[in-house]
Amino acid sequence: MIGFALVFGFFAASLALVFNIWRLVAGPTLMDRVLAFDTMVINFIALIMFWGMQQETTLYFESALLLSMFGFISTVAFCRFRLRGDIIE
Amino acid sequence: MSLALIVILPFLGAVLPALMIRSGRAACALSAAWVTILALGLLLTHVPAVLRGEVIQVGWEWIPALGLNVNFFLDGLGLLFAGLILGIGLLVMIYARFYLAKDDPMGNFYTYLLLFQGAMVGIVLSDNILLLLIFWELTSLTSFLLIGYWRHLPEGRQGARMALIVTGSGGLALIAGMLLLGNIVGSYDLTDILQHDPYEIHNSPLYVPALLLILIGCFTKSAQFPFHFWLPHAMAAPTPVSAYLHSATMVKAGVFLLARLWPVLSGPDIWFYLVATTGLVTMVVGAYIALFKDDLKGLLAFSTVSHLGMMTMLLGFATPMAAAVAVFHIINHATFKAALFMNAGIIDHETGTRDTKKLGGLLLLMPITATLAVIAGASMAGLPPLNGFLSKEMMLAEVNQTAWFGQGWLLPLVVTAGALLSVAYSFRYVVHVFFGPQRDDYPSKPHDPPAGLWLPPAFLVGLVVLIGLFPDAIAGDLVRATTAAVTQGGAPDVHLYLWHGFTPALLMSVIAVAGGALAIWRYERVRAWWYAGPHPEAKAMFDRVVAAAIASSKRLVLGLHNGSLQRYLALMISAALVLGFAGFFTATHGSGARPLLSASPVAAIIWLVLLAGCGMVIRYQRDRLLAVIGVGVVGLIVAAMFVYFSAPDLAMTQISVEVVTTILILLALYFLPKETPVESSPMRRRRDAVLAGLTGLGTGGLAWAVMTRDFTSLSSFYLENAHDLGGGDNVVNVILVDFRGFDTFGEIIVLGIAGLTIFALLHAMTRGELYRRLGAWQLDMTKSADRHPMLMVVITRVMLPLVLLVGVYIFLRGHNMPGGGFIAGLVVAIGLIMQYMASGYGWAAQRMTINYHAFIGGGVLIAAVTGIGAMIIGYPFLTGAFDYFSLPVIGKFEVASALGFDIGVFLTVVGGVMLALAHLSDLGRWVSHAPVNEQPMDTLPGAERRHGEGSE
Repeated sequence: MIGFALVFGFFAASLALVFNIWRLVAGPTLMDRVLAFDTMVINFIALIMFWGMQQETTLYFESALLLSMFGFISTVAFCRFRLRGDIIE
Repeated sequence: MSLALIVILPFLGAVLPALMIRSGRAACALSAAWVTILALGLLLTHVPAVLRGEVIQVGWEWIPALGLNVNFFLDGLGLLFAGLILGIGLLVMIYARFYLAKDDPMGNFYTYLLLFQGAMVGIVLSDNILLLLIFWELTSLTSFLLIGYWRHLPEGRQGARMALIVTGSGGLALIAGMLLLGNIVGSYDLTDILQHDPYEIHNSPLYVPALLLILIGCFTKSAQFPFHFWLPHAMAAPTPVSAYLHSATMVKAGVFLLARLWPVLSGPDIWFYLVATTGLVTMVVGAYIALFKDDLKGLLAFSTVSHLGMMTMLLGFATPMAAAVAVFHIINHATFKAALFMNAGIIDHETGTRDTKKLGGLLLLMPITATLAVIAGASMAGLPPLNGFLSKEMMLAEVNQTAWFGQGWLLPLVVTAGALLSVAYSFRYVVHVFFGPQRDDYPSKPHDPPAGLWLPPAFLVGLVVLIGLFPDAIAGDLVRATTAAVTQGGAPDVHLYLWHGFTPALLMSVIAVAGGALAIWRYERVRAWWYAGPHPEAKAMFDRVVAAAIASSKRLVLGLHNGSLQRYLALMISAALVLGFAGFFTATHGSGARPLLSASPVAAIIWLVLLAGCGMVIRYQRDRLLAVIGVGVVGLIVAAMFVYFSAPDLAMTQISVEVVTTILILLALYFLPKETPVESSPMRRRRDAVLAGLTGLGTGGLAWAVMTRDFTSLSSFYLENAHDLGGGDNVVNVILVDFRGFDTFGEIIVLGIAGLTIFALLHAMTRGELYRRLGAWQLDMTKSADRHPMLMVVITRVMLPLVLLVGVYIFLRGHNMPGGGFIAGLVVAIGLIMQYMASGYGWAAQRMTINYHAFIGGGVLIAAVTGIGAMIIGYPFLTGAFDYFSLPVIGKFEVASALGFDIGVFLTVVGGVMLALAHLSDLGRWVSHAPVNEQPMDTLPGAERRHGEGSE
């Protein structure tokens, strides 16, 4: 059962990645691209978790943890740069 | 051991005067003098053994692979020179105590003097010629400091620079020559070189280049023609320096080296014609210029040039007897010349001038000084019964036996002329200063100096007389031992007498003295002749040469190194391409035999994302913000690839580094243009595209070729031994903190330095021209009113404990599972940076007073202490130790010394990252003139804009 779920998960996250690429390349605004980047991070978190489950190891979960903790920082930094120019005031 | 101590003592002691100056000038001088006395005492304990003909050796290996050893040896020649250096050094130190004025920084003076002394002793006692070269360069450097001691005088600075350039470039030639010599012999130890068969060295094809290079080194140092011009300009130094450097020590280093290498280099005709001729020309030219110098120290400087020429000429004769005379004259010249320099210093000190035209008639005003000057001057002229007479007579006797280009009469004639000039300038020193009518226009009222100033020269003058009267009893043993060392066994049985009978040499002396006296009697007419002749100005020529050298090197450097990164990259990449493709097309190639793995569809999509990220960077490279996003995407894929290829440590590092890098770039981008202008021509961009494409193809091909083959690498060793030797199951971490801990140690030091450098650079930006420009800078964008959004503040506060917990967790498990100090450091740093981003640097820094400098220093120290801990218990630096313990509740756990090292890594990473980011952001706040917010977050969103305050 988990096997099917994993295949589905891989499929869904990969499809999402393709969409992310589309938005990232096509834009048209800066915010579209920043959001695409942010979503991409989330999809990678999912992919890493799926990969760990498929390989039956917890070794990669810390990477996912770090991504989920810090992924949003870059997004915030881009946004602050756009809004205020200076990201740490 | 005590031999090495003689060399090391002055270097160690050099800190004493700098410290003791706080206790007064006498304490300062005494501390320097005691160091010298101690070294001299140590040297004297070896005298009996050396006079018996023993050679004392001591040494350690330093870098044996290069042939570089720290070894010293003491034979007669070394003893003579070390004795002169330390003995006259001691006298000069006493003299300088009374010579230097109140506002001269005396601590510096004695420190420089001791450093110089140590370097000189190092030269004469070194066994290894590479070590000797190090000391040789040190004398150039320290003499630069000494000559330029009065740094407020432009002559002093220029003279110091000229001396450094001339002797320094000679030193470069010497290095090359010595390396060639060592290559011929197959050893860099003098004791080996001197034992080598000289004929083999002479017949080597490298002999002539080696000889030429070594001679350039010796001639520049010993101010031989045509390199003699720097010495008079070095007279801008304080007189004690001139007395020390230019009578007994530094300028004799070249003569020392000629004598040292005499057994292996002398013999062939080229040695005779080069060395003897240079010496002869220098002797005559130096004496000729000296006769017309009005400055007393200038006169003595050219006299020194002349006497050095005489020693060089004698060594050039390549007969053992001539070498013995040269050795004897080294002693004699050091005594009378140091005395005369000190004497000139006294005259300068007490009358306020050392210009002969303003002096005269001082005999009765300064009787002690006059007596000393008359005796030392007579010795310099070569009058009996003083020591200068003895060595001059012996020199003339040698000259009479030497034919120059087959002409037996030529050399005696020229040398007699030189001797005549020498007598003339010596008489002039004495007559024009001390005799003649007393004057009433001396710049200050002349009187004899305090005993501290005249006792040191008086001691030397005593030696001048004693050696003259009883030469064999006083100097005989030393001269014999030294000659034996110079000639390496070919020494004649030298005996020194005052009276040699009526010889041709005596006749030449009589002619010289009579002619010299005549020249002084009719000095005005002689000077008129000289005045009509040519006067090449060496300093102007030197300045022109230096200016031309600077201009041409500027053209060359700026032509090649024009600051264009594109050009450097294009050249480097082209070179790599040419080499790579040359290798590719001249060898067999093809893909390897390893079966290919199938790629999963997910991986294919991820690579598609990678291509998209790269394409985005290329497409939007001029919009810098978009390019940063593109780079962020690429970094994300790299992290994902690390996970895919089972490298979780690298993935975690990559993820954290990506975040920090993005923040850093965005912080810097605040101050930079947001778009990159088009600078390259279309042609050039096409060229770059071709280069980049070819390089990509080449690199891809290489990777393909390597990865399709089976190969063994070092990693299997680490995989097998990490647990047993390093006590950890995470091989990456064990490599970092144990196997290659030394690399990591170096890297954290670099990281710390980088953090501190960024801090220093940013700090420098808050003043001066940049301060003004930054202060006037206006950001051309409309700022959003949300300065510190509440949502972000709340989230980051909640996350801080979580992040710190993760940091600790990753740190502690690092040795056995993915993690470690480096990642943990980045994690914690990001956690702190989040707070800065949310509430602003000013607000956060007021509540988080952490000294990041201390983090860096403490981190490096802790890592070092952990490493040294292994040394204390007898293992090499950074050897790891570990053991397993068990406690109730917690259970079995491991304690490894690597943990301490990892703490050091952790602290340095946190300190380095935070120092750089925090101060970059502080600069931004300062530039925008915004006040530090009082609240952690915006309590009234948009208040800033509504009030229209000046922060925009």
